[in-house]
Amino acid sequence: MAELVVFYCFAAILVFAAFRVITVRNPVHAALFLVLAFFSSACVWILLEAEFLAIVLVLVYVGAVMVLFLFVVMMLDINLAPLREGFTRYLGLGAAVAVLIVAQLLLVLGSDRFGLERVGAPVRRAADYSNTEELGVLLYTVYAYPFEIAAVVLLVAIIAAISLTMRRRPGIKAQNPAEQVAVRRSDRVRLVKMRSESRR
Amino acid sequence: MPFVTPEFLPALPEILLAVMACLVLLVDLYFGRRHPSWVFLLAQASLVLCALLCIALYPEEPTTTFNGTFRSDGMSAVLKVFMILVTYFVLFYSKFYLDVRDLFKGEYFVLSLFAVLGMMILVSAASLLTLYLGLELMALCLYALVALNRESSMASEAAMKYFVLGALASGTLLYGMSLLYGVTGSLELDRIREYQSVGGEIDIILVLGLVFIVVGVAFKLGAAPFHMWVPDVYEGAPTSVTLFVGTAPKIAAFGMLMRLLVDGLAGVQGDWIEMLTILSVLSMAVGNIIAIAQTNLKRMLAYSTIAHVGFLLLGIIAGTRAGYAASMFYVIVYALMGLGAFGMIIVLGSKGFESDRLDDFRGLNERSPWLAFLVLVLMLSMAGVPPFVGFWAKWSVLREVVAADQVWLATVAVVLAVIGLFYYLRVVRLVYFEEGQEAAPLVCGTDVKVMISTNALAILALGVYPSALLALCVTALG
Repeated sequence: MAELVVFYCFAAILVFAAFRVITVRNPVHAALFLVLAFFSSACVWILLEAEFLAIVLVLVYVGAVMVLFLFVVMMLDINLAPLREGFTRYLGLGAAVAVLIVAQLLLVLGSDRFGLERVGAPVRRAADYSNTEELGVLLYTVYAYPFEIAAVVLLVAIIAAISLTMRRRPGIKAQNPAEQVAVRRSDRVRLVKMRSESRR
Repeated sequence: MPFVTPEFLPALPEILLAVMACLVLLVDLYFGRRHPSWVFLLAQASLVLCALLCIALYPEEPTTTFNGTFRSDGMSAVLKVFMILVTYFVLFYSKFYLDVRDLFKGEYFVLSLFAVLGMMILVSAASLLTLYLGLELMALCLYALVALNRESSMASEAAMKYFVLGALASGTLLYGMSLLYGVTGSLELDRIREYQSVGGEIDIILVLGLVFIVVGVAFKLGAAPFHMWVPDVYEGAPTSVTLFVGTAPKIAAFGMLMRLLVDGLAGVQGDWIEMLTILSVLSMAVGNIIAIAQTNLKRMLAYSTIAHVGFLLLGIIAGTRAGYAASMFYVIVYALMGLGAFGMIIVLGSKGFESDRLDDFRGLNERSPWLAFLVLVLMLSMAGVPPFVGFWAKWSVLREVVAADQVWLATVAVVLAVIGLFYYLRVVRLVYFEEGQEAAPLVCGTDVKVMISTNALAILALGVYPSALLALCVTALG
């Protein structure tokens, strides 16, 4: 019973935060609401005994991705007025499509289709059961092939990011560290021999 | 799930390509500046090696390994060989294109190899997980390739559109997959199919998942009404990348469609046939009619792609083994024709000049009669005029549609194909019967000329003798 109360608490916070992400005006607030949404869903996962996933969600998404998001939002200082211009123009069509999709999903995705008799309740494990170990074993045995592909995807992301950003732009003054290190005294200082002038 | 040590042999081509792509990356790092052609030669050599391995390891019967995540069967082997062949040509044209414009970069070839790896993983996926990962690997490489020329604002815009819409489509596909997983409790396509054959009534959630999956695949194929990205990306990307995006990934997308719908969702065949029918008719209509208004050849060919995708779907709509084989034949033939058509734009271009407007083809016959003849072959084949292979491709899918008692669909397809004839013939008219502003004879390298001639003559030869390739497709699908 207490678990149910906790679940509904976090679920309510999650839905509220997710709703605020898209309705709040200030983009920084939106990012912070997204953090709240991630955190509440991590708590829901803890209730499901998926503690590894929950912690990874907080570490990776809240700790790394969202901080990056906040940095970008603060640094870019986007003027939102032109982005909002077409809002009323597309509102009618957008709302119609949204209502249609929500109605369809409500018709299909009910608790009678994903209820406990269809899916089965999650099995309660003992306290010494390690969720992390189970995941690790699966990941490196049964799912070894997809795991390797995911590694290749990350490699491609690195290659793509570097080749898209590392380029020589014309007309930009940049330092060349190799040249700076290899510089000799003779390149910079010119000794000029002059005869000392006699005092009058 | 018990762990079985996987058999590595069926996946050897993928493993080889992954290793070679990393090797090419290292070679580019150490020798790229002094010997840029090494990167190109090594990339080509790895493709050839990989294709030979695929042929040597041609599976007599379907084998599944890596705990039900990888499948090697006739279809995957044939599709892989053709994807590699097409990419081999693409890299050849690309080198010419990049050399002329001083855009040569080692990463271009590395990303192309990884994209081929993604396609290979995609067509031999036996679980939703590997299918999605293969798709993303391919797509990420393509986004980066489109954006690779940072000086061009058009390319950046095209890459941005491609990326945002592609991410949206991936999200849709994932949502569909999650619904399938929710209903069947498995990611393996075989399990998902078994679930449908066991349970008497078909779950409506399965159909909902199917809707999302069809939308995602239709986007990747560029079928109307999910075709918005195609013309912009084709026009904005560097021509060599357009050539790549427009050919090999189409074969991969066909493989994905077969894996998802035929292997995984055979139980709801009636539902996806209806959805694909709508997509097919819309694609043929949008593609063939809007192409008439285009003045840019790349844009016109983009709309022609959309129309071809509509035709390609016809064979799958027929819903029989013979129909799938006809579609497979169609997609391979289309890749060869697209290769020639975009390759021609590259061959006719020069530094600072793209040759992608229709007017650039005016009076080509006077400048180079041989290239003009090749344009004639390519355009008539795309239009589906009898002696060329494009006709046999159209004919085989139409025959299967008629055999499946959907005569109305075949009629619509033929009418729209006749409308499409107009814009292909317009190019031929410009080439042969119009005066060009430029009269100087055309100069281009012998190697690319040999390549484009092989390409176009292969289309001619396949047109005279199409039964070998068609028979190959039929046996590959078993």
